[in-house]
Amino acid sequence: MLAKPQLPAIEGWHTMTAQPHLIGSRCKACGTYFFPKQEDYCRNPHCDSTEFEEVQLSRTGHIWSYTNACYKPPAPFIASDPFAPYAIAAVYLEREKMVVLGQVAAGLTVQDLKVGMDMELVLETLHETDEDIKVTWKWGPLAL
Amino acid sequence: MINEIAILGAGMHPWGKWGHDFVQYGVAAAREALADANVRWQDVSFVSGGATVRCGYPGYVAGATFAQALGWQGAEVNTSYAACASGSQALAAARQKILSGACDVALVVGADTTPKGFLAPAGGYRPEDPDWVRFYLGITNPTYFALYARRRMDLYGDTQDDFAAVKVKNSLVGSKNPRARYRKCFTAEDVAASAMVADPLRLMDICATSDGGAALVVSSLEYAKKVGRGDAPRVVAISTVTPSFASSVVEMPDIATDSAAAAGVEAQSFRSTLPIKAYEEAGIGPEDIDLAEVYDLSTALELDWIEDLQLAPRGGAAALLRAGNTALGGKIPVNVSGGLACFGEAVPAQALAQVCELTWQLRGEAGDRQVDGAKVGITANQGLFGHGSSVIIKR
Repeated sequence: MLAKPQLPAIEGWHTMTAQPHLIGSRCKACGTYFFPKQEDYCRNPHCDSTEFEEVQLSRTGHIWSYTNACYKPPAPFIASDPFAPYAIAAVYLEREKMVVLGQVAAGLTVQDLKVGMDMELVLETLHETDEDIKVTWKWGPLAL
Repeated sequence: MINEIAILGAGMHPWGKWGHDFVQYGVAAAREALADANVRWQDVSFVSGGATVRCGYPGYVAGATFAQALGWQGAEVNTSYAACASGSQALAAARQKILSGACDVALVVGADTTPKGFLAPAGGYRPEDPDWVRFYLGITNPTYFALYARRRMDLYGDTQDDFAAVKVKNSLVGSKNPRARYRKCFTAEDVAASAMVADPLRLMDICATSDGGAALVVSSLEYAKKVGRGDAPRVVAISTVTPSFASSVVEMPDIATDSAAAAGVEAQSFRSTLPIKAYEEAGIGPEDIDLAEVYDLSTALELDWIEDLQLAPRGGAAALLRAGNTALGGKIPVNVSGGLACFGEAVPAQALAQVCELTWQLRGEAGDRQVDGAKVGITANQGLFGHGSSVIIKR
């Protein structure tokens, strides 16, 4: 039996590379970053540009805050059975000056996390379907 | 004084998990408010409803739904949807109608019937909807509350005991409110024994969702004088401002904040901007406030709001709490209704319920919950998609 292919849970939001990056956009006029990607209008009130370039966001940052999910979220979340609690981190990206949320890599709990801790982007399974494995970005401790 | 309107009457259907149609709660609240105001339904010329998005078409046109249920009598109708600030926007619509001279007396109503458990988005595969995205990735409402709470612990040294103390305070005063859903006095031990939902917040730190209805009868100051109610509490400010780019706080339902990378743009906190316009409009400051009703979706969030309303310096709310100054009898009582901790959230009714409580407090009719000599009160709330409100009531 062939292994199931790995596909992004949300198409086009991150690279599928070993050192993954979130895929955002940057306004060509004012330099504001957007995630998810924005390609139609700049939301900076001082800018009316409609020109954007696709950019890979910084794949490292530090924890702005963190928590966990002790209970199974409702649909469209697809939980493992039995439900396995997971940690969640809000990570500040220095260059982009923005905070991005994500689950924390499996096996880590809130006891392992601290505000200010350095993190990096990883890819892990979000859920499986009959045909494939849906992967998404998560935050893991920065490998030194 | 040109911006002021009078509150002639307030009414609420008790909060609970009754399972009835939302219209029933709205009608009960409206009838109580009309009786309280001593205004006949036939004399109301504008009905302003807060919409609910969970009860089908009648909820989307709530103003008309309530008008029909009370009996069509030709009044003009309006429906406002602004998430948790829907009630305040409905009140603002009534104020505009009255101040423009197009209406003497308006009825403002919000009511909701809520499903059990987490509030969930519509189904399908819809990555263009941030609310769908965050649920798909496993990020619920308590996630955001917990991120803010953890920040307080890290930045200001707040503890889980402080958060529990908010619940204990609100449950004590809420036990004296016949309209509240939860009327049990909880102890810090009860909170500590409740299940962890989103660390550091436990089940009893997070508000439930409830059924409920709230209504106000409002009028021009001239009309109030004409009917011998010149001393009625007045709405002196309504702020429903949107956030300013770039936001520094990750807000429900977004997966990321704005980027503040562009030159000359500073990151801002939305919550703290809401009361600024209200204070300006009322021509008063935080030092003039006698009591506040704030949106305690979580216990820790009550502490954030106290600072956002400038009732304490940033990071100083827990000290105010520990000294008993936000309790009934303290220097600046907060959530003497019992707050969301005792009510649970009934979205389109909640901002109006805050104003109802202030109305009774300012009239000296709050019974065991009465704040002595209350003359000026403020509300604050925040909802999804850049909605929020702060209302100031004065007598």
